[in-house]
Parts: sequence; C-alpha cells; structure tokens
Amino acid sequence: MKYEAVIGLEIHCELKTKTKIFCGCATSFGADQNTHVCPVCLGMPGVLPTVNQRVVEFGIKAGLATNCEINKYSKFDRKNYYYPDLPKNWQTSQYDLPIAEHGWVDIDVEGEKKRIRLTRIHMEEDAGKLVHSGTNIKDSASSNVDYNRTGVPLLEIVSEPDMSSAEEARAYMEKIKAIMEYIDVSNCRMEEGNLRADINVSLRPVGSKELGTRTEMKNINSFKNLEDAINYEIERQTEVLEDGGHIVQETRTFDPVQGITLSMRSKENAHDYRYMPEPDLPPIVTSQETIDKYRSELPELPDARRARLEKDFGLSDYDAGIITSSRAMAEYFDAVVATGADAKLAANWMMGDLLKNLNDEGLDISKSPVEAQRLGEMIQLIMKDTISGKIAKKVFKEMWTNTDSPEKIVKDKGLVQITDTKAIEGIVDEVIAKNQKAVDDYKGGNKKAIGALVGQVMKASKGKANPQMVNQLLAQKLDG
Amino acid sequence: MKVTKEDLDNVAVLSRLAIAEEDTERYLGQLDKILTYMDNLSELDTENVKPTTYALPMQNVFRKDEVKESLDREAALANAPLKEDGYFKVPKVLEG
Amino acid sequence: MRLYEKPAHVLHEMLVNKEITSVELTEDVLARIDEVEGEVKAYLTVTRDEALARAKAVDEKIARGEEISFLEGIPGAIKDNICTKGVRTTCASKILEHFVPPYDATVMTKLKAENPVILGKLNMDEFAMGGSTENSAYHPTCNPWNTECVPGGSSGGSAASVAAGTSIWALGSDTGGSIRQPASFCGVVGLKPTYGRVSRYGLVAYGSSLDQIGPLTRDVTDCAHILNVISGHDDMDSTSSEAAVPDFTKALVEDVKGLKIGLPKEYFVKGMDPEVEKAIRAAIEKYKEMGAEIVDISLPHTDYAISAYYLIAPAEAATNLQRYDGVSYGERVEGEDLVAMMTNTRTEKFGEEVKRRIVIGNYALSAGYYDAYYLKAMKVRTLVAEDYAKAFEQVDVILAPVAPTTAFKIGEMAGDPLQMYLQDACTVPLNLAGLPGISLPCGFSSKGMPIGMQIIGKALDEETIIRAAYTYEQSQDYHTKMAKLGGNN
Repeated sequence: MKYEAVIGLEIHCELKTKTKIFCGCATSFGADQNTHVCPVCLGMPGVLPTVNQRVVEFGIKAGLATNCEINKYSKFDRKNYYYPDLPKNWQTSQYDLPIAEHGWVDIDVEGEKKRIRLTRIHMEEDAGKLVHSGTNIKDSASSNVDYNRTGVPLLEIVSEPDMSSAEEARAYMEKIKAIMEYIDVSNCRMEEGNLRADINVSLRPVGSKELGTRTEMKNINSFKNLEDAINYEIERQTEVLEDGGHIVQETRTFDPVQGITLSMRSKENAHDYRYMPEPDLPPIVTSQETIDKYRSELPELPDARRARLEKDFGLSDYDAGIITSSRAMAEYFDAVVATGADAKLAANWMMGDLLKNLNDEGLDISKSPVEAQRLGEMIQLIMKDTISGKIAKKVFKEMWTNTDSPEKIVKDKGLVQITDTKAIEGIVDEVIAKNQKAVDDYKGGNKKAIGALVGQVMKASKGKANPQMVNQLLAQKLDG
Repeated sequence: MKVTKEDLDNVAVLSRLAIAEEDTERYLGQLDKILTYMDNLSELDTENVKPTTYALPMQNVFRKDEVKESLDREAALANAPLKEDGYFKVPKVLEG
Repeated sequence: MRLYEKPAHVLHEMLVNKEITSVELTEDVLARIDEVEGEVKAYLTVTRDEALARAKAVDEKIARGEEISFLEGIPGAIKDNICTKGVRTTCASKILEHFVPPYDATVMTKLKAENPVILGKLNMDEFAMGGSTENSAYHPTCNPWNTECVPGGSSGGSAASVAAGTSIWALGSDTGGSIRQPASFCGVVGLKPTYGRVSRYGLVAYGSSLDQIGPLTRDVTDCAHILNVISGHDDMDSTSSEAAVPDFTKALVEDVKGLKIGLPKEYFVKGMDPEVEKAIRAAIEKYKEMGAEIVDISLPHTDYAISAYYLIAPAEAATNLQRYDGVSYGERVEGEDLVAMMTNTRTEKFGEEVKRRIVIGNYALSAGYYDAYYLKAMKVRTLVAEDYAKAFEQVDVILAPVAPTTAFKIGEMAGDPLQMYLQDACTVPLNLAGLPGISLPCGFSSKGMPIGMQIIGKALDEETIIRAAYTYEQSQDYHTKMAKLGGNN
C-alpha cells in the first residue's frame, strides 16, 4: 500500500514586547537566572495578572496578516497541569475563544502553490526553564528552575493538517516566520527559541479521507530539524505500518544528532487540562474600528511584495520569492534599488554573490559586510561602465572585507575599465599580431575564433578593457 | 453512589493529593452527599442561559508595555524551600 | 471605660484633641490582647514592637502639630490572607507556615498611607474555607460572647478581635459570607463591598470571581471611614472597578424615609432560629417606624445558590491552590521524585476542608463532569444575578438574615460538611451576583449571643446600605455593647 503523510504544525512565536504578557518584568534574552521575576510571574500567593496591551495588538495583527477572522469576544483560560517551570501550575492561555481563527497562508514548493489553513492563533504565556544537573532530564537527581522566561508572551499558531511533506512543512514555517517578521511582532530568532514548532505527523493510505494515528514532536527550533524529524517519522511510521503494526499515539522527542525520533515512554496519564475561564482577566472585546486600525498599520506582506517585484521590476517569480522570503532581505533589495541601482542587477547580485557569501559565513543579511548602500553604488559603477561585470566580482570580494566605498576600491586597485578607444586599439593590434593562427581561423570562416582573441585582449588589459569595445574593435580590424 | 472510587482516585491525581485507603469510604460518603445535594441544579432549565464568569461586566483592561522593576533575586528566592546558585531547586522530574 | 472599648471615630477625636496618645491607646489594646487572647485566640501573629514604634511616630507627628488622617495611630489588624510585606502571611495553613511576602497587598499600601497602627495578622479558616474558624491549621478562635462558641468564619479572627477589643478595627475577606457571618456571630459591623470596589491584589485567592476584602468594625461610622481608605481602582487588579469612589462618610445620614426595603421570602426559611427571625422582624418594624417602605419580594433561585457557589468557589480554589506545590515558596515535604514531593507536600500540609474543596473543584472541572457541574453552576449564577436585578427594579435595598442561627458550639458541625455549607444560604447569593452587603447587630438571643442582619445593595451602591445601616444603628444601642471577657466590664 502507498501512504501519504498528513502533517500539522503548532508554531509558538515569541512576541517582541518589552515586558511579559501578565506583568511588567523585562523579556530581554540572556539575563542572569531569576532576575527578571516578580511576585506575579513567580505565581506568589495573592498576585493577579494584567494583560500587556501590545500582546493583544500583536495577536490581532498576526491574525489579520494570516487571513484569520478576529474574534470580537475573546478571553483567557487556565490550562491546568503541574510542572515546576509553571509556578501557578496552570498556563494562562486561550481555549474556546482565541483571538483569531480560520485563516490561511499560501506556500509554494518547487513552483507548486498550496494553501495551508490556520485553525487558530491564541495568546499565552511561556514557561520557565529547567536546568538539569545530569546529562539528561531523566537521570538528573535534581533540577534547577529559572523563571526569567515565565510569562514571556507567545502566540500559538495552529495549522490544519494540510501539509503532506517535510518540504511543505518547512515552506509553511518559513512563510509564518516571514509574515511575523514583516508585521514586526517577533524577532523570529530560531536559535534563541523565538520560533519553535510542535509537529503532528500521521500516515494514511493514498486517497483515504480518514486520518491515521498521529505522533507529536515538540519544540523543534530549526528548519533542518523540522525536515529531519518529519522525514524520519514518515519513514518510521511507514515501516511500522508495512510490517502490519500500528502507530501509538504519543509524544516523541527528536534527537538532532542522530536525526531520529524517540518514544518518551512517559506515563502520561492522559492530560486532563481542566480548562476554566480565567476569572482574574476580563474578556477582550475588539471593535471593528480597532480591527480596521490595526489592519491599516500592517505593512505590505510577503505575497503582495513578491507580486509587486515581479510586476514593477520584471523579476522572475523565483527571484522575487527568495527576495521577499524575509523582511530583511526585501528591505535590503529596496535599499539597493533606492540608490539608483538597476533592479534586475540588484536581484542578480543578491541572489548570486551576496547570498553565497552570507551562506558561507552563516550570516544574516542584516549583518552583511556589504551594505545595501555600497552594493547599490557598485551596481551603478557597472551601469556607468566604470567597471565590467567581471571586475565587479573582484570589487565585491574586496568590499566584503574592506569598508571603503566601491568607487575608492576601484580607484585604489586600479580596476577602472579602459574605455579609451586608442588604448584598446593598441592592445588589439598587439594581440592580432601575436595570434596569427586564431586570425587565420577566423578569416577562414570560424567566427568563433574571435573568442580566443577577446580573451587575450582582456588578459593583456588585466580584465579592465571594456569587453564590448574589445569585441567591436576586433571585428572591425579582422573584417576590415 | 454518584462518585466512584475510580473518580476519586482520578481526581486525587489531578489534585496532587494522596487519599489514604482508610479515608476513602468517608471521603466518598461526604462527596456523595454533597454532590447529591447539588443535583438540585438539574431541576433548572438552563438551555438558553449564558454562563456568568465575571461578577460584573468589564472588558478590555490592559496594561501598557512598560518595564517595571523586578524583584531582586534574594527576595525572589527568600521563600524557596531549596535553592542553589540563584536557582530554585526541585527533585528529579520523572514525568515529561 | 478602657480605650479599647471605643470605636475608631471616637478615638480619632481624642487623638486630635490630645486627650490620649497613640502609644497609650496601643498599649491599652496590647494589654487587652495579653488579658484575653488566651481565651479568644484571634491572632496568628502579633507585631507588638512595630505597632508601638508606629504609635510613637504618630504621637510625634501630633506633637509637631501636624494633621492626622482618620486611621492614623488607631490600632487595627489584618486577616492573615492579605499579604503584608515582611510579615508572615499564612492563610492559617501549614503550607504557608513560614511564608513572608516580598510585597504588600494593595489594601496594605493604601492603609499604610493613612498610617494606622497594625497589630498583627488574624486567624481564619484555612485559605478562607469555612464558616467557623475551626479550619485554622493552628487553633480555633473562640467567640468573645461565649468562648465555647465559634466566632463564625472565615474572618473569625477579625470579628472576634474587634468584638473582644483586641483590635479597634480589622480587615477581613468575604467569598461567600466570610465577613458578614462572623460579624453577625460576634456582634460587630462587617461590610462586603461590591466585587471590584476594593483591589484583590495581594489577597490570597480562594474564589477569584467572588472574593472581596472589607472592613469589620465596631459601628457603621468606622466601617464607612475604612471603606473610604481601601476602595478604588487598582492597575494591579484588572477586575477592580473604574467607577469613581464616593465619600462613604457622606452616607452616614439618619434618613430612611421613602427608602424601599425588599424582604425576600426565600431568605426567611424553615430551620431558621425563631429568635433570629424575631430580632430581624423587629428591625423591620423599626424601619417602618422610621419611614421606610417594606416590599415583599421573591428571589426564586435562592435555593440553588448554595449548589452553584459550592461548585464555582471550589473549582476556582482548586486551580488557585495548585501553586502550593513545594517548588518555589511555602513548605515542602520531600519525596522520591517531583510528583511524590508535590503530592506529599499537599497531602500533609493542607487541612481536611481545603483538600475536600480541591477535590470537589477538580471533580467539577474534570473531563466528563464540566458541563454537568461547573458550566451548569455558572449558568445558575446568571439566574441568581438576574433575580437581584429584577428585585432592584422595585426596591432600593434588600434586608435579610445573615445566618439562620446565632453562633454555634465549637465542634457542633464537625464531620458534616454539607450541613456547614447550608449555613451560608443567605450570604453566598450576593457573592455570586457581586453585590455589596453589610451585616450589623440587631439584637441578642436569650443566651446573650449577638444576632445580625444583612442589608444588600445594588452594585456599587454601598452608600445606600451604609445609610440604611447607620439609620438603624442610631435607633438602638446593640453596637455599643461589648462581650464580657477577661474580668473586664
């Protein structure tokens, strides 16, 4: 039998607020343990939560940016379970009336567009951090608890099980990441855990409508782990089913080192979260005016921007897709074009040398040694024929480690293109004189032989001769 | 009996309480009596009644996103049963 | 007459007129504690040195000719479920035996701005669960009028100390009658404000949607003054009302002419002590005499309020009390792993009634029972509130008993939790509806035990119930009587 995978994601997105969701403690990353805590986030006797307005604003904006309906009446609920990283032993979350529901985003994988539906987006608080003294949680004699993260605001973005491959899941998570960055509600730094996914995977016979038993992998915080975990789980479940076994509904951990998922074999006594409305927090009632206001504040979103780049600049769908895949990249592109650089050249340089260099060094575009301004200036040098495309590669390489303007680099390194006809003519004459065979071949009808001669001229000029002029002059002389 | 031994055991786990074997009967008896009394609620037709969560109507009470001073760590940890290096210390976690 | 016998408004005048000093007053009340606390046992913590230091500071201020506020220099005490920075706050539970809050409840911040003398923390039923103060994990408190009887609860320590003269005023909390019923049992005045009138920040939560802090005092005048101090919106409590706070002392007016007083037939029930009913009927006659109009009304869902209350309050309590797990504060009883540690801690350190309510609450919230119990109770809550709303279309206030009997004997109801719950029939409905109510003395039983009555008002209309209560109070002298204790009087 052939199986198809059914994948759903619950993405936890940490919001970039100054303070926690229910108290005024700072959210900044990397503080000393238990220094960003107060009676409220420590869940001390007698404390009450207060809702950070920013969190509600971000929740609504995230909903609007993912085509959700905003619930005009929304409330918080207590999700009850005991864990030492949760001081109150409940998580204040949202149950039946989340801030946003019924949305969608479009993804494309290898040119195929697909719509992924969103079930809901709700607001909740993050838990604290357990630090284990042993090698892992199970053989530690004790654990230490740091409550700095307790109460950091999260959006939980829940998809329908609309994905059927690791690639689709990745594309979906990339899309969510891009949207959250565009609307500026999260830093989306995955290495800091700003964005992490719980993945549900099940298999069903191709064509079947019924869902199979699913397993869950929690807290996946890189795209690679996401793909690896899903691919492994699809493979594992396929084997189990093909061997006539059946899938156990369970939570599995993903081991990124071995690239496998493992059963946690915990005696989870079927969680009964005993949700109840949070009596300490009045409901959130959102008017159409508020929704309209937040909508008007949204920036251009990735899909719209992509379409605009294609339409206005004639970029290919692929290039426009990559450039708009993150807000930082799209803004970089805009900044390059704003200098007066040609958009297509800008796109080519970004897609080529820039991305390659960034990837090689594992840098984010926001940390690029070649800033948009300087890349724009360099492209203008190409446009003005000051340098050739080939020389530009040298200039770009130099700019990676040298903060001078491209103009200065070109000057200092003597890379200015030779456009003086006389100067080029001199070299051309010399090359013709020295390469009789190629000249004969050309004259004998092998027009391609001119290539070798152009190459010789370029070499003799150390690449600085304007290639078009070289071509022109050579042809004149040989044909004349 | 409205409440079974299984119900009681389940609720005890949810409550993180241990109910001693010898107390079970008494507990069940009391709970049964109380819950039987509460069955008078079923006399009322509440089909079209909205539940009340909040005693008085209120909505949209928000706080500005402005940082307030946190506790200093000594104060935060002052009531801790066990602490270590600025952390709260707890026994090993068996359940995930 | 000793100083401890006087109400705060009299003592305030004496301080202002320099007839007494705050130190004299505080020493007299501390002496009274020494005399009778062994019998009454109203306190869990007495902060003697701090109290005297504060009194001394107030006297210095008076000596400098500075003006003092109403409560300034007047000794009072605080129920032990209100967080006091640096002062142990136990909720009368073993699980918080050594808990010292790093912060003050908002009411404490407001009080401290008035500079009263704080004598210490008062006994209560553990986590405010109970109506007799027998559920304190430390010791029961005794009724000053008869130390074989309970003072009521859960604010039994607050009521008993005000009645015994071991404090001039006290703060309590009321989730289902916990201010009004002990006030009634001890012959003092107790007011449960409208839900949201007083900030709950720092009040250790029992039933979050029901809890309110309020004053227990010798008379209605003191009650109005203290309500002025503690009321008002608090940014730390999202459920606290934004409504403007009037000067409640302006309502201390002797005038009930034309006031429409509703008598709900459902509150005068069988099983009610005839002496209690007689005292309340007499008070009704008094109101008629004074020009009030008595209107018979019906609050048809009264019978269901107890059931709704004893599902909603325990459900909220079950989650509220989950935090006591031995992890970051409070007591810990070790266990082989985390679950065992949490379970051992809670099993050993919570008292019987607290555990019972946690179990009921979790039962009502658990999968399969939520709709039948918790959701149903929240719907019935709506019906109870609608009853009042309809009644208040006809009347200005509602008059009712507080409890069906006077204070019962210690141990009398032990072992029958349901019987105990049913005693709250007249007090829980207004918590469900969030309404204000005041309990004030209206007589004594043949055995000399105080009888109280309750006046219930519209939401945020404490002024009218204060006016009605004050007018009645001025017509008699029940509130001036003090229990005979410790060889005094």
